[in-house]
Amino acid sequence: MREFEKGKMVPMPSTALIPERDLGKMPVLECIHVGIEFGGLKAVEDFNFTIGKTEIAGLIGPNGAGKTTVFNMLTRVYNPTHGTIMIDGQDTTGKSTVQLSKMGVARTFQNIRLFTDMTVEDNVRVGLHNQMKYSTASGILRLPSFWKKEKQSHEKAMELLSIFDMQDMAGTKAGSLPYGAQRRLEIVRALATEPKLLLLDEPAAGMNPNETGELMENIVKIRDTFGIAVLLIEHDMKLVMGICEGICVLNFGKIIAKGTAEEIQRNPEVNKAYLGNNGMEE
Amino acid sequence: MEFLSYLISGLNLGSVYAIIALGYTMVYGIAKMLNFAHGDVIMVGGFISYYALDAVFKKSGLPFWFSAIIAVVLAMIVCTVLGVLIEGLAYRPLRAAPSLAVLITAIGVSYFLQNSALLICGAQFKTYQSIISGTLNLFGGGLSIPYVSMLTVVVCIVIMVGLTLFTSKTKMGKAMRACSEDKGAAQLMGINVNKTISTTFAIGSALAAIAGVLLCSSFPILKPTTGSMPGIKAFTAAVFGGIGSIPGAFLGGLLLGIIESFAKAYISTQLANTIVFAVLIIVLLVRPAGLLGKYVPEKV
Amino acid sequence: MSKKLKKLSGAPKRDYFSYLLVTAAFILITALNGGGLLSKQMQGLLVPVCCYIIMALSLNLTVGIMGELSLGHAGFMSLGAFSGVVVSQSLITAVPNDALRLVISIAVGAVVAAFAGFLIGLPVLRLRGDYLAIVTLAFGEIIMDVINCLIVGHDANGLHVIFNFRGDKTVADLDLAEGGVAIIKGAQGAVGTKTISTFTAGFIIILITLFIVLNFIRSRTGRAVIAIRDNRIAAESVGVDVMKYKMIAFVISTTLAGMAGALYGLNFSMISADKFNFNTSILVLVFVVLGGLGNMLGSIIAATVLYILPEALRGLQDYRMLIYAIVLILVMLATNNPKVRNLFLRIIPKRKSAEGGTAK
Repeated sequence: MREFEKGKMVPMPSTALIPERDLGKMPVLECIHVGIEFGGLKAVEDFNFTIGKTEIAGLIGPNGAGKTTVFNMLTRVYNPTHGTIMIDGQDTTGKSTVQLSKMGVARTFQNIRLFTDMTVEDNVRVGLHNQMKYSTASGILRLPSFWKKEKQSHEKAMELLSIFDMQDMAGTKAGSLPYGAQRRLEIVRALATEPKLLLLDEPAAGMNPNETGELMENIVKIRDTFGIAVLLIEHDMKLVMGICEGICVLNFGKIIAKGTAEEIQRNPEVNKAYLGNNGMEE
Repeated sequence: MEFLSYLISGLNLGSVYAIIALGYTMVYGIAKMLNFAHGDVIMVGGFISYYALDAVFKKSGLPFWFSAIIAVVLAMIVCTVLGVLIEGLAYRPLRAAPSLAVLITAIGVSYFLQNSALLICGAQFKTYQSIISGTLNLFGGGLSIPYVSMLTVVVCIVIMVGLTLFTSKTKMGKAMRACSEDKGAAQLMGINVNKTISTTFAIGSALAAIAGVLLCSSFPILKPTTGSMPGIKAFTAAVFGGIGSIPGAFLGGLLLGIIESFAKAYISTQLANTIVFAVLIIVLLVRPAGLLGKYVPEKV
Repeated sequence: MSKKLKKLSGAPKRDYFSYLLVTAAFILITALNGGGLLSKQMQGLLVPVCCYIIMALSLNLTVGIMGELSLGHAGFMSLGAFSGVVVSQSLITAVPNDALRLVISIAVGAVVAAFAGFLIGLPVLRLRGDYLAIVTLAFGEIIMDVINCLIVGHDANGLHVIFNFRGDKTVADLDLAEGGVAIIKGAQGAVGTKTISTFTAGFIIILITLFIVLNFIRSRTGRAVIAIRDNRIAAESVGVDVMKYKMIAFVISTTLAGMAGALYGLNFSMISADKFNFNTSILVLVFVVLGGLGNMLGSIIAATVLYILPEALRGLQDYRMLIYAIVLILVMLATNNPKVRNLFLRIIPKRKSAEGGTAK
């Protein structure tokens, strides 16, 4: 609830519209006055945003608004110059990208970043890196722990791939997959790290309406199955308005609106700054 | 006094490194390849000028300084043609290939030049006749500066200034900078990328010829492997200063020469290279893109 | 079940084929040698070829699997060689058994190179791309210079070491007791080494190296290293510690280079640090690139063929390195430029099938 008490521009949401919202509990992500400057240029300023443990949230805004920069700060690819980011109640200041992954933040990338020379299955297994551990020595000497964990990780990888019906592609090189499958594989790889918060950077980019529809179902399914929070950046308004329970609109690095899909659609500021005066896409 | 003379020999050596490094840095900036054959082009320049000077001076009866100029110009022409040929025949077909393939090809070209020189000129080293002899004696003979050192430093400064003006003012220079940033975009803007790269190799090789003449004038032993170590050192100098940066190559070359000279004089002849390389390592740890280089982080 | 497990280990058939081929080659060569069919010159090449095969496998781990260009790998070979020689020469009376002493020497060479790999890796692996390459080159040269300054001897009181960085010391300054021997004489290198390396030892170490490298690649650690090579940022985002895994791969690689070095050093009664210069690093790099990045069997074949080729061309004398250079350039052009490749295929139609077979 606290998130929308802070937001001044939008009224309190009616919880009846969004039954699964659980902001009352400890939020999984809490950004407090987060900002970053690149050589004096304020890319993101005073970013305040909170996501509940099993919420699907959307981050929208015109190109260059700073959305991916927010993701980069959340995963500590960039270190924010101002403010605090809390993950599941823990401060992330001074942590590395690797530590953030261990704390439960996983992401996909706008420009797909797969391990292109590895097979689909191995991509997922790299995602399982910190879940299925054995030492380098037991790997080289093929000790029992190697066989045990390799078997487990194979099974786990297959199980994860089955979310998107990709088991058949397990042996294919990731780089030779079609575009849509590459995006889905990135999501599977991120899920393999057992995240609490999944960040999706334009998951529907380049997908046709059918694929997007499927993706929407799958995102909701992932949230329900794994009980995790999802924050997504997306330009496809049908997707955002369709599944996001909380939406944050960014323009020139600043939040101009926060609220439910309906509230965002009604917000004149958003219409003016982001969508033009012609209303929503489609 | 002693200190000054070490400084001067360091400046001399450093200027040679700087001239080679300037060529290296231009080629690297545009072709993004470690051109290991660059050092061997220096050697070719040395041999051409050696034979030319010998032939012209002895047979034509022209004054020595004039013969020297002819020899230098001839060396520059041959090296320029050689550089363009190497680029066109060996590197251009590999423009889309992985960088390691280009690197190995460059090594192949290096072996080729060295072994051709070995077959043509023999394994016996030649004693190079300096294109300018004599020394300037100061402080009643307390400090003597070889004219060749003065010439080398002056030539180096002229080249550095010339290249800076060339890349910032001329159309071709701007095209080079554009190609080094983004070849695809440069091509879309109507720049002939192949021609630009050829020109860069031509300039780099001409500089290598000058460097060859000056190197051998100061250190008169000429053999097929003469260019290897200076080539590696010059590349180190270019990285040291920030590869791709013209003032960086100049600064890196001079510093490297001075460090090497002082290390030899005051610490250890055996470990002079070690000290030079150790300084490089330390600089790169503090400034990963060299002294004057710009560090561009990967975009996520 | 066993089939499933085999699939799980991720080992393709080529892995087993590699072991098989190496073993078959060893048996064949040993038989030929036993039958007196190998020339003296060929016999002399057997151990060095083994060393270069190990070097190629080791460097392929760094360049092919980790994806970082190392131009100073010969430096680690050098460390292995000289530490191996010192240990072996010092233990001549304590461990009279040659085979056992060889094992100890190789182990020490490996440990020394591993330690050096760790120390050098700390600064080097933070850098990227060509900057990393130039720094490995720098370390290779530094190692060479430093070993050139070493004067080492052994007597009843133990090891005597002088670091002759001013160039004014000689063996006499070691103050060796009666019966002591100088092992490394500065720039002259190691002299009077009792040669104890054997072809069999080389073969065994190749098998060990193959076992380590292939199993490494197909383990959790190996996958992490390949992931970093393919996409560093993505690897970090799924929680792979880049520095740690690069370091593991690099140290394994330098350890293997140290083993190769010890074997090499103990194969010659005289050897100087200049043997392990930049050109040697490049030589091994050529093996790796021509054999195929990440392709271990390719490295073995390339190292064997390319090491023996110049020796076999000895009859051509001065022309052999020129031919080598031209072949190198043409092979790079033919494998990387479609136009040149087609040209080749048209000129030599007979080789079409052969090239198609080895292209992968």
